[in-house]
Amino acid sequence: MISLAGDRDDASGVLHDKDSVRGTAKVKRGFAHMLKNGVVMDVTTIEQANIAEEAGAVSVMVLDKLPSDVRAAGGVARSASASVIRDIMDSVTIPVMAKCRIGHVYEARVLSEINVDMIDESEVLTPADESHHIWKWDYTTPFVNGARSLAEALRRIEEGAAMIRTKGEPGTGNVAEAITHIKRVNDEIRRAKSILDSGDKQDLMRLARDFRVSYDILYQTARLGRLPVVNFAAGGVATPADAAYLMSLGCDGIFVGSGIFKSDDAKNRARAVVLATTFWDRPAKVREAQEMIDEQQSMLGLDTTKLDLRMQERGADA
Amino acid sequence: MSVTVGVLSVQGDVYENVVASHEALNEMNISGDVIPVKTPSAISDVDVMIIPGGESTTIGLLTLAGDTLATLGERIRGGMPTLGVCAGLILLAGDVTDRMLGGTGQPLLKVLDIKLERNSFGRQRDSFETTLSLEPLGIADFPGVFIRAPSITAVSPDIDVISVYDNRIVAVRRDNIIGTSFHPELSGSTELHKYLIRMATK
Repeated sequence: MISLAGDRDDASGVLHDKDSVRGTAKVKRGFAHMLKNGVVMDVTTIEQANIAEEAGAVSVMVLDKLPSDVRAAGGVARSASASVIRDIMDSVTIPVMAKCRIGHVYEARVLSEINVDMIDESEVLTPADESHHIWKWDYTTPFVNGARSLAEALRRIEEGAAMIRTKGEPGTGNVAEAITHIKRVNDEIRRAKSILDSGDKQDLMRLARDFRVSYDILYQTARLGRLPVVNFAAGGVATPADAAYLMSLGCDGIFVGSGIFKSDDAKNRARAVVLATTFWDRPAKVREAQEMIDEQQSMLGLDTTKLDLRMQERGADA
Repeated sequence: MSVTVGVLSVQGDVYENVVASHEALNEMNISGDVIPVKTPSAISDVDVMIIPGGESTTIGLLTLAGDTLATLGERIRGGMPTLGVCAGLILLAGDVTDRMLGGTGQPLLKVLDIKLERNSFGRQRDSFETTLSLEPLGIADFPGVFIRAPSITAVSPDIDVISVYDNRIVAVRRDNIIGTSFHPELSGSTELHKYLIRMATK
């Protein structure tokens, strides 16, 4: 089982009250465990948040613009308005997440003060500091980060991320990049595991140095045979079949961005994506879900080989 | 003696409950199996049921979609030892409100005559760990892991209060049914899972 222990002694996000303690790795990572086998939906309004909750989403992610609109609009993409986030928090019972820019310590502080349930340090927004991600151990609110390789995922976890989402290419309606990255992470975990099984600890240390991560976290990952925190897939999910396929590759759940509210049948599609995520292992159910949507209503989507802006590369080298 | 433990595997921390149940069976030296279940026929085959933590609206909607909720309700009323954890406790309850939003109108099993408040301790930033007493079950110190936890605001006379924290009821029992606001499957202790399995062996 994934260990929920792993607090740093110097984590200032851990708060000791009279007879209880908050912000521990156990409650932060544990929160992500409660989302497993679920769908987190990007929303920009109360109406969309209500549709998501009624469809069975486990959480909503509040943005100022959906990723495909961010891509179309250009300019600088920042956190959503505090008032919009608060209004949505007051309208749904499920957890509410919001995005901050990569490295933007104070956008994150503000989101934490607004009291969102989880902060996404996200490449969908314009990075504030691509070479320094936020030191997330100093927050009581848990964080999720994107990654497109095992090395990137483990670096984020060592900075305090309580959850990982493998990156796709956001706002494209094209699931290809998400598939590539989850397979890459899986391949790299298999490689680490086979080195561990061979008993060659020096080689595992070499891989840790290549990855720029500690030996301990790579060892823990290799032993588990999976990422040591909950891992969702994200980026370009547009249909129930997209979601089911990503689940079959070993993801713990799904983030859907533009795919739902940029389609013309959002209500049905939201429900269908939830059904396909829950029952991904039963193709007859996925077919049922797929029949709830109309391909004519899917967002048009983009060819990911011809993009001017590749959001997935933001912050990836840090 | 062999016990089959079922974990409702629609959404949430199913795997953690599977692991905790396996450990409990091993520690008790009881042969048995632990299986994730999500269909009415699978629910008919288990001796003990755990409804895990997760999002209660999601689990409720999805189990209702497949008539699973009805079968589950019948088995529980028929005496199957059942543990509802956090979202699972919410699904067992008869009357649920949200601390901020009031009535939730979500699908419920209504097998425990209790009133329950969702997100009772606040949002995720207020999630916490503490030590609890579950004295009526003979468990003195139990590690309580509370994640956006509900609390029980009223109980009918046939309900036993098992644990109180900060003047709020956080665990109850009626006959074969135990419900907790906190997450025993994340606690590192198998005491509650063992207690549940022991109920099936009597």
